[in-house]
Amino acid sequence: MEHKLSFRDYSEALKQNKLLGLKCKQCGTITVPPKIACGRCAGTDLDIAELSGKGEIQTFTTVFVPPEGREAETPYVIVLVELDEGPWVMGNLAGIEPDKVTMDVIGERVKMEPAVFPGDKYSAGDGARPLFSLEA
Amino acid sequence: MRKVAIVGVGMTKFSGKQDKTCVELFAEAAMDAINESNLTPKDIQALFLGNVLGDFSEGQSQPQAFAADYIGAFNIPANRYEGACASAAVAVCDAFMWVASGLYDIVLAGGVETAAKMGTPLATRTFSMGSDSRYEYPAGITFPAVFALLAHLYAKRYGIPLEKLKRQMAQVSIDSHYYGARNPKAHFQKEITMDDVFNSFMVCQPLQLYDCCPFSDGGSAVVLASEERARKLTDKPVYIVGIGQASAGNLPSQKDYLPRIKSRELSAKRAYDMAGLGPKDIDVCELHDCFSIATLIALESLGFFEYGTAGEAVERGETRIGGKIPIDLSGGLKAKGHPIGATGTAQVYEIVEQLRGECGERQVEGAKIGMTDTLGGDAGTLCNLILKRGW
Repeated sequence: MEHKLSFRDYSEALKQNKLLGLKCKQCGTITVPPKIACGRCAGTDLDIAELSGKGEIQTFTTVFVPPEGREAETPYVIVLVELDEGPWVMGNLAGIEPDKVTMDVIGERVKMEPAVFPGDKYSAGDGARPLFSLEA
Repeated sequence: MRKVAIVGVGMTKFSGKQDKTCVELFAEAAMDAINESNLTPKDIQALFLGNVLGDFSEGQSQPQAFAADYIGAFNIPANRYEGACASAAVAVCDAFMWVASGLYDIVLAGGVETAAKMGTPLATRTFSMGSDSRYEYPAGITFPAVFALLAHLYAKRYGIPLEKLKRQMAQVSIDSHYYGARNPKAHFQKEITMDDVFNSFMVCQPLQLYDCCPFSDGGSAVVLASEERARKLTDKPVYIVGIGQASAGNLPSQKDYLPRIKSRELSAKRAYDMAGLGPKDIDVCELHDCFSIATLIALESLGFFEYGTAGEAVERGETRIGGKIPIDLSGGLKAKGHPIGATGTAQVYEIVEQLRGECGERQVEGAKIGMTDTLGGDAGTLCNLILKRGW
């Protein structure tokens, strides 16, 4: 069975600041990041949908102890964002001093631009993720 | 389906960096378990071994084959289980199924890890491989980060001020160290204070060092036998009366439940249903306290306390000996240590000794039914076992 939207296609689109998801023709649910089946009903009749990249921060953490290879980025902020279309995605938060972020950031509206993890000796190449910032 | 008993258990002392290899550490635990079962390695019909990172820590894949050979269980079928931190628990689950099915009468299950050997940067990197490499690792996810995200979400969802939640979380770690100080096999055998927790460095906000379990080296093993064989081998068989397992996708895909863990709730329900038991029947529990917040979430998912109230229960002493549900009397992952591939069977080791009444000052008097709870990745693999005294 073919992938409607593969990891590589999703990642390449994200690098161009396009956040792509899949809309289920059966139940209407948006699945992002992509899967071969709808994240709610497991239906496989899916259409590619471009998402707004806007949403609301649900939770966050600031990482002070990095994995091997991520030392130069540390400290950095990871967020889970509920997109306006419904799904949650994991990304980073820019535009705030990482060690100044508090619980107050939860519920804040955010917009998105892309950032790319260039890959390391363990990963299968690079991978993009959303880099969120607070909406003005 | 036949009844299945645990007839012998073994574990090494859990520790920091060891010179011993994975195969050697597992063999120590395995020989103790086999000897305690009044068996010899030649009686073992199959080996199911949990190991996550041998490839990275020692350049060793398929340690199970070398371990079987090393202990003298020549040419038996040997399988490796990788379910991140739940690997060995899943190995016990499968061992149970094969003995219950009648194909084998005697199976050795266990786990081993040399995580401390890797050092923090590589261990942090390789542990994070239990998260989604496509959609989580690019953002720099680590295991403390997963539970740090859950801690803030928990505080927000249940309306608990973060400072109050952090004190509740600290009490979890203080309790684990209290019992770890009384377990000669624990990685850390020292008590800690609230000040120790709050003065430790920040790992992933809001989790400080003492909210986190360590990287450890160690091995553990259990011998499973059919009821018929068990009755001849020991007068204290511990029966596996319930098993449950479940899986889940990456953390954001679990959004409809978080900070509850759906895979744990499904896994626990399967184990309770199979055993015909519920949370009220459990006398003692070893749960997956990889981070202090993880304990609060687990206590609720397993049905011991209402959602959002586990922290208060911990502060009231409900999770210590004499409380409603004593947990992690081994010291838990926090103080006993967390050699991830070995953790599931180390939890079983503690519960078996509790049910046999062998835990000294950590003993829950008269414990008849115990439970283990093991979580792998960001809840990608969940496994629960319910054990019952057979005498």
